[in-house]
Amino acid sequence: MTHVVLMAGALLMVSPFLWQFLTSLKTLGESTRIPLTVLPSSPQWSNYSEFFDVVPVGSMAVNSVLALVLRVVAQLLIASLAAYVFARLRFRFRGPLLACFLVVLMVPPQLFVIPQYEVIRTMGWLNSVQALALPGAFSAFGVFVLYQFMRTLPPELDEAAKIDGANPWQIYLRIILPLCRPALAALTILTSLFSWNDLLWPLIVNTIPDRMTLPVGLATLQGAQGTDYPVLMAGSLLTILPMVLVFVLLQKQFIRGIAMSGIKA
Amino acid sequence: MTVTQTKGSAAPPAPPAPPGGRRRPNRHPDNAWAAILLAVPFAGLVIFYLWPLLRTVLLSLSEGTAFTGYTVTGFDNWRQLFEGDDVWRALVNTLVYAAIVLLGVPLAMVIAALLHQKGLRGRSFYRTLYFVPVVTMPVAVAMVWRYIYNGDFGLLNEVLDSVGGPTRAWVADPDTALYAVAVVGIWMALGTNLIILAAGLEAVPETLEEAAMLDGAGPIRRFFSVTVPLLTPSIFLVSVLSVIGSLQMFDLLFIMLGRTNPALADSKTIVYLFYEEAFVRNDRPLGAVIALVTLVVTLAVTAVQFRLQRRWVTYA
Repeated sequence: MTHVVLMAGALLMVSPFLWQFLTSLKTLGESTRIPLTVLPSSPQWSNYSEFFDVVPVGSMAVNSVLALVLRVVAQLLIASLAAYVFARLRFRFRGPLLACFLVVLMVPPQLFVIPQYEVIRTMGWLNSVQALALPGAFSAFGVFVLYQFMRTLPPELDEAAKIDGANPWQIYLRIILPLCRPALAALTILTSLFSWNDLLWPLIVNTIPDRMTLPVGLATLQGAQGTDYPVLMAGSLLTILPMVLVFVLLQKQFIRGIAMSGIKA
Repeated sequence: MTVTQTKGSAAPPAPPAPPGGRRRPNRHPDNAWAAILLAVPFAGLVIFYLWPLLRTVLLSLSEGTAFTGYTVTGFDNWRQLFEGDDVWRALVNTLVYAAIVLLGVPLAMVIAALLHQKGLRGRSFYRTLYFVPVVTMPVAVAMVWRYIYNGDFGLLNEVLDSVGGPTRAWVADPDTALYAVAVVGIWMALGTNLIILAAGLEAVPETLEEAAMLDGAGPIRRFFSVTVPLLTPSIFLVSVLSVIGSLQMFDLLFIMLGRTNPALADSKTIVYLFYEEAFVRNDRPLGAVIALVTLVVTLAVTAVQFRLQRRWVTYA
């Protein structure tokens, strides 16, 4: 009985993906003919190559990947540095400065979007990789997750290193950062997910087709040929595949990351 | 022989004698290092978050365009927004959407409880399947669902037709579009909810379940009398996160209801309205007002949830 319910639910969860795959192999006529046929009469693999012909998929994929890498690397560095200072150092104005970071967590992201756009435009960075990655690289969320983690490390670590003559930078780099590997891994996974799937910000800052990310490219594709369902399904399937593969490989870390932060994209 | 510069490799020299207790201990020994290490993170925080916060408030009180520049004039934008119908409709739509997606929480509880049963086979297999929508791009799945919901040749109508159910153009009909999107919202959020609830279930002591079983309580009775009360903190967390996430909904609506959709006017959410005013019609001041409205709504709804929590959440 349990298995019947769980299996039915699981089927509901995955059936959209099955339908997406089956449709991606149909001809345009088959995809809109009533009554619907479940299986394509002869698989139209050309739908996948057609997706590459109608939008610059190659450069969009490169943009998505570069933005993701830049955002993740920069965020890990910046957030871990800030988290280290707040969690392990004693300095004046620690409380108020930390509060500045945490306030950002409670504010809906739309409040920052218009001025962020103005900043990026002022710097002449519209339609660039750094435009996609930058605001997200300074993530209060990342600071918060790593701060929480670093506070659980015993203070004796720093004290012992200090006696050995290490300065705070060396303690951060050689002692604290290596111990944060689980939290850094969780943050990497979540940030990659945000970055890969994000729509609103990339839609606003990068408007030239060659500079768009994949989600924005898909959205424009739908605007341009909203009814060519086989090509749309082929394209959307290709863009979700990388994240799904990473998820299947790193399932444990994904689940730990979500449980740790309680937040998703 | 020169003194080696490597720190920590040789036996450390004796630490300098501690000050004889006369001097006051330094409460802030790391001021200089904190300033150096925080310089970059803090600069980013100011440029991309703190200044934008202030700027959004100023913009909301300003008039002008990107070409003329903006001058602060007062509350005209606020008046203009609240005298129109758009913002009210968007607020109602957003709250309705959030309320429907919240119905996914009890659903996730049932599935989490089923998955938690001792000795269940294929648990990780099920978990993987339920979780996949969480990692997939909202834009991509919204396109699939839009096709499934299509009124002329959608899969949903085909299935409903075969069992004699009602058929319609689900996302092109103002009566159903928002609900159709919300169903996808439930579908996407289920995996996240499951994970957080599963972590909560792990923490429920098995002995309590066993005691209830010895007292003759059946599985349904045990679920409502033992599991649910102990799980209330996790249920609360999931509910708060679900609502905050719902208030931000943009991607699903943007894709599932294209720009020419007849149902769009009646189905906009608050973030969609923000995008449209600020970046399609380029009315930045009005966009800033809408952004501030989302802040107020988020704070208000979350505050209500925290107030209600006292009535139903029990902390062990």
